[in-house]
Amino acid sequence: MSIDPKQWVASHVATLPKSGIRDFFELVAKMKGQDVISLGVGEPDFVTPWHIREAAIYALERGKTYYTSNLGTIELRKAIATYVEEHFNVTYRPEDQIIVTVGVSEALDLAFRAFCNPGDKVMYHQPCYVSYQPSITLVHGQSIAVPTFARDNFALTAEALRAAWQPGAKILMLNLPCNPTGGTCTREQLEKIADFCREKDLLVLSDEIYSELTFEGTHTSIASFPGLAERTIFLHGFSKAFAMTGWRIGYACGPAVLIDAMMKVHQYSMMCASIIAQEAALEALTRGWDSVLKMREQYHRRRDLIVRRFNEIGLSCHLPRGSFYAFPDVRATGMTEKQFAVGLLEKHKVAVVPGTAFGENGTGHVRACFATAYDQIIEACDRVERFVQGTRQ
Amino acid sequence: MNPVLKLLIEGGSLTTSQMAAVAGLSEAQVDQHLEQLKKDKIFLGWRPVLDLSREGAAPAAVRAVIEVKVTPERGGGFNRLAVRLARFDEVESCYLMSGGYDLLVFVRQESLQKVASFVSEKLATIEGVLSTSTHFMLRCYKEQGFLLDGGEAPGSRLNVAP
Repeated sequence: MSIDPKQWVASHVATLPKSGIRDFFELVAKMKGQDVISLGVGEPDFVTPWHIREAAIYALERGKTYYTSNLGTIELRKAIATYVEEHFNVTYRPEDQIIVTVGVSEALDLAFRAFCNPGDKVMYHQPCYVSYQPSITLVHGQSIAVPTFARDNFALTAEALRAAWQPGAKILMLNLPCNPTGGTCTREQLEKIADFCREKDLLVLSDEIYSELTFEGTHTSIASFPGLAERTIFLHGFSKAFAMTGWRIGYACGPAVLIDAMMKVHQYSMMCASIIAQEAALEALTRGWDSVLKMREQYHRRRDLIVRRFNEIGLSCHLPRGSFYAFPDVRATGMTEKQFAVGLLEKHKVAVVPGTAFGENGTGHVRACFATAYDQIIEACDRVERFVQGTRQ
Repeated sequence: MNPVLKLLIEGGSLTTSQMAAVAGLSEAQVDQHLEQLKKDKIFLGWRPVLDLSREGAAPAAVRAVIEVKVTPERGGGFNRLAVRLARFDEVESCYLMSGGYDLLVFVRQESLQKVASFVSEKLATIEGVLSTSTHFMLRCYKEQGFLLDGGEAPGSRLNVAP
């Protein structure tokens, strides 16, 4: 009897498309050793600051190799509470309103599994991080994409939210500043969104992983508006600001009842985040702020450089207020985002990611990560210029 | 702060045109800034950071630090003596220190003997020098911000990631 292993894959997983990033990753991987400059990454080019790495080594030396509380070590949760209060102006109790997770990705998965019944409607703005929509599908939720536009610098507007809203919508997923657009909201824009959430009685999941990398003005958390902390799960982590992607460490803060629900899923699936990563995270929060500021200054200048070059080349590019991504419009070249990305890679060995990998509202754009060295950005932009000029002739 | 000076302090090895791109200036403007910094005696010159201990990189060299105690002079303090010492070609760097001695002098020579003769014949004989204590460097681990060995693992980042 021949066996068809496919039959055992759950139907909602079988029909789940693979990330568009994955296809592109394979294409770039084939060009190994060919002097490819990659603007396709989603992480800092900085290595985790040494004092943080050293703290992890010290933790190992002292034999810190065991499980921690499901919620994470109380020392780390206290440090998180202090940090979030200082930087986001929201107060959480370390004892029962904070849970340490394996990156924001896990926190997000916990939130969807804890709060989403089959058929529940979840709104999210798009273009967005690749996992939002699939995460909703995996819990049998219904996703409602709210478009953001280049004319608004890809800020989410209350008008777009209202236009996309459907009766029964339960959750609003936010990611400000946003991967891949770098868009974020001003305080006034966010206030209107907060009003909308109160009006429609929405639970907010706010992924603020890029908040420290806000270049213009200061970052405002939606949880800091009156009455919003009670309906918001604040999601954050160490990957971007502290250059700690590989450590897989993040956290969620929110009302005790909601954190407790997330903790139930976490304790049966993950148990706890790695103690080594927790020790490193504690060091990052306690003594890492200077490193964050230094890295932010670098990103800021790199952003100005890459955005200026894209516009000079004729690729209209809004100024991303946060994150380390530029999201230029490539339609002036007459190419689709995919043709542009593939052509640029094959002819000039520069990798960018087609905007549609982040949802259909990314049509016509590509994502270029500027978390890379100056000389690489300069050379990459020169190559983009040659590519664009070549296509015009 | 002068934007070009800022880039110089960060120590990236950018060309003038790259500095112009990063700082959002024209190349001529960068050159002007560099000229001004030279005029102001802030920018003294270029010097590469090299690991000469690598096999075959350069003929063997000996590096030493010398702690020097001197008698400060009425009127000039340590300055005249320090400058006099610093003028020797053998001296790479020279600092006035707080603590147990006065001047710290960095020396590089082809051999131990040459360092020894510099110290005994030149340095120690200068009027005002009370004593010297010479320490030879055995191995360098970090030079002006650069790790010589065991730096970060190169290029293991994924090329495309979400």
